[in-house]
Amino acid sequence: MNENARLFDRSELMALAALALLLLVILPLGLDVFRLNLVAKYLTYAFVAIGLVLCWGCGGILSLGQGVFFGLGGYCMAMFLKLEASSVANTKIQSTPGIPDFMDWNQLTQLPFFWQPFHSLTFTIVAIFAVPAIFAFIVGAALFKRQVGGVYFAIITQAIAAILTILIVGQQGYTGGINGITDLRTLKGWDIRTDQAKFILYFVEVAFLFATVVAAQFVRRSKLGRILVAMREKEDRVRFSGYSVANFKIFAFCIAAVFAAVGGALFTLEVGFMSPSFVGIVPSIEMVIYTAVGGRLSIFGAIYGTLIVNFAKTSFSESFPQLWLFGLGALFIAVVLAFPNGLAGLWRDYVQPRLDPLLLGRSAAAAKWAGRSVADGAAAE
Amino acid sequence: MSDRNDSYKPWGPLAPSRRKLLAGMAALPALSMLPRPSFAAAPPTSVVNTTGLAVTDSEVTVGILHSVTGTMAISETGSVEAEKLAIEQINAEGGVLGRKIKFIQEDGASDWPTFAEKAKKLLVNDKCAAVMGCWTSASRKAVLPVFEQYNGMLYYPTFYEGLEQSKNVIYTGQEATQQIIAGLDWVSKEKGAKTFYLLGSDYIWPRTSNKIARKHIENHLKTKVVGEEYFPLGHTQFNSVINKIKLTKPDVIYAIIVGGSNVAFYKQLKAAGIDLSKQTLLTISVTEDEIDGIGGENIAGAYACMKYFQSLDNPNNKAFVAAFKKMWGEKTVIGDVTQAAYLGPWLWKLTVEKANSFDIDKIAAASPGVEFKGAPEGYVRIHENHHLWSKTRVGRARPDGQYDVIYETKDLVEPDPFPKGYQ
Repeated sequence: MNENARLFDRSELMALAALALLLLVILPLGLDVFRLNLVAKYLTYAFVAIGLVLCWGCGGILSLGQGVFFGLGGYCMAMFLKLEASSVANTKIQSTPGIPDFMDWNQLTQLPFFWQPFHSLTFTIVAIFAVPAIFAFIVGAALFKRQVGGVYFAIITQAIAAILTILIVGQQGYTGGINGITDLRTLKGWDIRTDQAKFILYFVEVAFLFATVVAAQFVRRSKLGRILVAMREKEDRVRFSGYSVANFKIFAFCIAAVFAAVGGALFTLEVGFMSPSFVGIVPSIEMVIYTAVGGRLSIFGAIYGTLIVNFAKTSFSESFPQLWLFGLGALFIAVVLAFPNGLAGLWRDYVQPRLDPLLLGRSAAAAKWAGRSVADGAAAE
Repeated sequence: MSDRNDSYKPWGPLAPSRRKLLAGMAALPALSMLPRPSFAAAPPTSVVNTTGLAVTDSEVTVGILHSVTGTMAISETGSVEAEKLAIEQINAEGGVLGRKIKFIQEDGASDWPTFAEKAKKLLVNDKCAAVMGCWTSASRKAVLPVFEQYNGMLYYPTFYEGLEQSKNVIYTGQEATQQIIAGLDWVSKEKGAKTFYLLGSDYIWPRTSNKIARKHIENHLKTKVVGEEYFPLGHTQFNSVINKIKLTKPDVIYAIIVGGSNVAFYKQLKAAGIDLSKQTLLTISVTEDEIDGIGGENIAGAYACMKYFQSLDNPNNKAFVAAFKKMWGEKTVIGDVTQAAYLGPWLWKLTVEKANSFDIDKIAAASPGVEFKGAPEGYVRIHENHHLWSKTRVGRARPDGQYDVIYETKDLVEPDPFPKGYQ
């Protein structure tokens, strides 16, 4: 019991330290600003992947629509930045100065009402958390209360991703359409496009990432996390034990949505624009793939999985512009066929058992393996 | 010549067989017969490159940034091919300021953020002296801030909606008014058209183009728009609009439908019994490339308003088409954008040589007034606003997928990306 009371056990603390070393020391020292900014972009997906570990890995709720929440967070941020970039002075060439350029192209002559509050940074930050949480709550409540789960839930989330994309593309006067919201420049007067800003934003993002890791670990270690795992394994038993399964599922789905939205908002800051191509079905599935490659049961695995897949994507596409998609496809098939628990599973089964005796001493390691349980994330046989 | 002989020495103990050596030596005199363009006259790198671009004494690096995967690959491949052809031809003539052009190709993967990432890579990591690339407006909008921030130079080939002008972009395609107004004037005069039905895919280019078309039809031609409709990208069900067209009987169907939707649209039009030899249809979005997918028999008789058709009869174009087919195969077709992409490397070369520098600021300043007499479309010149002066032409689709050019403007049409009275 003692082991479980602590937030991180010893090997997890080491994993955390290793991740901190990698993200805070090795990468910033070893990469130029351009590559570091790419890492920053990849890490924004890691937020989504951590959310999926909770919701899919622990709770067994496969959502193929996380792009929706990534997009909602990203669009909230983009709306604020776009309004700041569309000052009257910057847009005097337009027929209606002072509104975003794409509205002017679409013959809008005044700012739509729902854009108005995004002049305020405070409102924007609240919205980044609240909008996706409320949306996830509505979707979750509508489906889980009716005991819609499994494949049907996955299909519905996918449909929502498709609907939102069509909505954004179709309402281009209000959303920027397929071009998205581009040319974002400053945050409260601070130019986010300079190399120095990218450097600072990277560290801000890593800080958020660690906060997210701690929050996710807290959920997993709590009684709530155990109920989630129990639900994944035998939903009916949990229900008959008197728990409201639907409420727990809604909670897991909401928290995954909020994580994704934070990632989306940071993405907008890092990359400088937001477009419907992050909202749709394909990016949503890609995000699930990152989690699967890294290992859906492991928070750290999901982070590494995201980094590795995206690195592979960038370097394949730089080296083989014509063939890279095939290479990437082959990688996914290989990983899923050979290591169903992803890289984290590989680590846990082969590397960790050899590492533990060295780090913990033989007897402690034996005790630890004996006490391993389903709740630690291992799949029940 | 002596240092060329020296290059045999490093083989040392692995001396080549006597026969090979002899053959090699026999080939040496031939080397001196190769055209030796102005390498000696090449100005020193320190003079022509003061901002740290990827320029050496013998080479200059440019980027090619198009989608070779994803939905846009089918459209953008032609542009990549044309740019590579132009680069090869320029190198054969001795390169730019005595330097061979080397290119780095990146894949935008039909994904706008990827375009931005790759653009940044080409500018920041590879220090490309120029980038030929992008196709859709969305990809251009995504990379534009990158080019402005890192001070790069983009040669953008596609006809587009206008409303944009940047120091860091040369637009080698037409902006909207160049493609629309002359065509509407022609159809109104030649066909006596009084009523128009406007159609388009639902994004910024068709919408802006139709806005300009409507203003011209109503305010200048004093005729009427009887309908205007938009369809999502990839839409394939056009029956309801075709029924409306049958009911309203417009003199002209003005169609700006893009990509795969075209195939469904023209097939359904034909199936519904609308005969394009009787019903006038004018499009600004179907080039020879698209007809390849639509099938010539489905669109024969339609009119297209472009600045270039593969069938243009002039010596430049004949040489261009022959060289293109030699490099990429007999079956390839060349559309308007492909030709515009071919202009990019050439205009860049001419501008660099005019400025006698690779520096972005200098070529941006030197661009206005640069003339390219060897353009397949005929003479073009860069305007102060970084767009091209070019002619507008109307072609009529033949069943074999080519266009007969039936009209061209007498003079070059001035580019006007922010047209007064059309916004």
